[in-house]
Amino acid sequence: MNRIQAKLKEDKKLLSIYFSAGFPEVNDTVEIIKRLEKSGVDMIEIGLPFSDPLADGPTIQASSTKALKNGMHTALLFKQLKDIRKEVSVPLILMGYFNPMLQYGVEAFCKKCHEVGIDGFIIPDLPAQVYDEEYKAIFDRYGLLNIFLITPQTSNDRIQYMDSISEGFIYMVSSASTTGAQSGFGHTQEDYFKRIADLNLKNPQIVGFGISNKQTFTQATTHAKGAIIGSAFIKYIDAQGIAKIHEFVGNILN
Amino acid sequence: MSYHVNEKGYYGQFGGAFIPEMLYPNIEELRQKYLSIMAEPDFKAEFDQLLKSYVGRPTPLYYAKRFSEKYNTKIYFKREDLCHTGAHKVNNTIGQILMAKRLGKTRIIAETGAGQHGVATATVCALAGIQCIVYMGEIDIARQAPNVARMKMLGAEVRPAKSGSRTLKDATNEAIRDWINNPEDTHYIIGSAVGPHPYPDMVSRFQSVVSEEIKWQLNEAEGTQNPDYVVACVGGGSNAAGAYYHFLDDERVGLIAVEAAGKGIDTGESAATSILGKEGIIHGSKTLLMQTHDGQITEPYSISAGLDYPGVGPMHAHLHTTKRAEFIPVTDDEAMTAGLMLSQLEGIIPAIETAHAFAIFETKKFKPNDIVVVCLSGRGDKDLNTYIDYFKL
Repeated sequence: MNRIQAKLKEDKKLLSIYFSAGFPEVNDTVEIIKRLEKSGVDMIEIGLPFSDPLADGPTIQASSTKALKNGMHTALLFKQLKDIRKEVSVPLILMGYFNPMLQYGVEAFCKKCHEVGIDGFIIPDLPAQVYDEEYKAIFDRYGLLNIFLITPQTSNDRIQYMDSISEGFIYMVSSASTTGAQSGFGHTQEDYFKRIADLNLKNPQIVGFGISNKQTFTQATTHAKGAIIGSAFIKYIDAQGIAKIHEFVGNILN
Repeated sequence: MSYHVNEKGYYGQFGGAFIPEMLYPNIEELRQKYLSIMAEPDFKAEFDQLLKSYVGRPTPLYYAKRFSEKYNTKIYFKREDLCHTGAHKVNNTIGQILMAKRLGKTRIIAETGAGQHGVATATVCALAGIQCIVYMGEIDIARQAPNVARMKMLGAEVRPAKSGSRTLKDATNEAIRDWINNPEDTHYIIGSAVGPHPYPDMVSRFQSVVSEEIKWQLNEAEGTQNPDYVVACVGGGSNAAGAYYHFLDDERVGLIAVEAAGKGIDTGESAATSILGKEGIIHGSKTLLMQTHDGQITEPYSISAGLDYPGVGPMHAHLHTTKRAEFIPVTDDEAMTAGLMLSQLEGIIPAIETAHAFAIFETKKFKPNDIVVVCLSGRGDKDLNTYIDYFKL
């Protein structure tokens, strides 16, 4: 069983943290992963930085730009992650835009991810149909799960289609927006979380976009299996450095 | 072989819709409805009427006698520079504002590089009484000040794109992000034949009036509907798409695409996508684009703000790969020289984008009886400062 699937079977609400590889410093990747696992984080999304991150708000745009300036690139990330499975067992998901994967070669990229111990992908600009028709077979061959995003505007038919072609979790985008922390969730989001929960999908749902603290984490996980924090974590390590990661995570989980 | 889009939204291996899920409902709605809306008799009537009475179509097909004599061939100019707002861009924005109204949208966003598309969008929004927000790179705002003022005067809000390289690429990113954040009430008027399907096809269809007119105008002038060559400058590719459209599948008509080589192909300061680009994904479309080995999109350079886009429309990528069109790079210096020469030979000051298309006659030789139509896509008023600086006028 894939590490993501095993984690999803645990009887608890899951906290997943996103960070941009190569930020704040180019060689922080492994240290951040180790500290996140030690702090009790359930899953980690490693952001592969891209020059034109369309679905991201200002915080992740800035961390991506900084990471690229720091010299981060695909081959370097694989080199940094070479021995990561000797150090951690937490599920690792690579989140990135499709063009850098395309340039590396999709099959070569998947093979390398499998070798270093990546468990799945989140690729915002790879549409479900294209994945299904052209890439699913390759991802499957290397045991990599593909995680789909849904939004409040996604139709039930389309959600059910995505559910049918995935075997991990559904990434539930909390509102119509790019990434970045907002002040909190209202009735609109509650209704949407509930509507999706009532679809009784095969895959559990994890909420992302707009989760920044314990309160929003609790709200998001009332009807969902877990929640993902990205921009708020990046802002935190930008201000506090990576040494205090356990405090950030502790404030959410305790 | 057809060079038009197929039912899945591809031109050969190029095109498609590589978009985040957040954009899916909007793109899907457009994909399902654009052809049927464009085929509605009252849509066509309104579009045609506005092109005629508001834009000033048909634009002349002008036989350039002195230019023809200089290069010893028969050269016609398709005068898109005489369109209201000064360039072909308005053909598309008229079409898309009518489309937006039929989709029930109440807010318009657009990206702009040189400012021509921004002005054309602000214009039709004023005409329709719809709110307009134009994203423009900070650097372009500085080098295209007159067009920024025009947009403001027309009632549009100009928002600076401050991310990345702060030019057209980043303005497009910001417009897409705006659409992600405002999916219900907003329509995004893309200005070129780029972006996710159905945009390249929709923009090409709205611009296709250019080649439709060339056919009957040339028939009146020369007794044939088909020139031997159609020449157009290519940034994203909208004026070329319009000028080629009705000739795409008739291989007797040669298509010539002129790209901005900037300071030279090998200088690292160029925008010649067909030569320097590789297949990849930009702004939701699989096409040729300039990028690093690692797949990061790089910053192009051209003296003309309208041509320094790191990608090219998927139709054009297909025309290049299949060799249906010949792509010719033209440097800043060659374009500026051609712009001055055109001004003094024919009394027409072209946009610097357009001037690129006129520079090819120095190197590309045509037969005396060849009929060559050049799309004179825009006028040079907006570029006067650049011309003044360059020629010390």
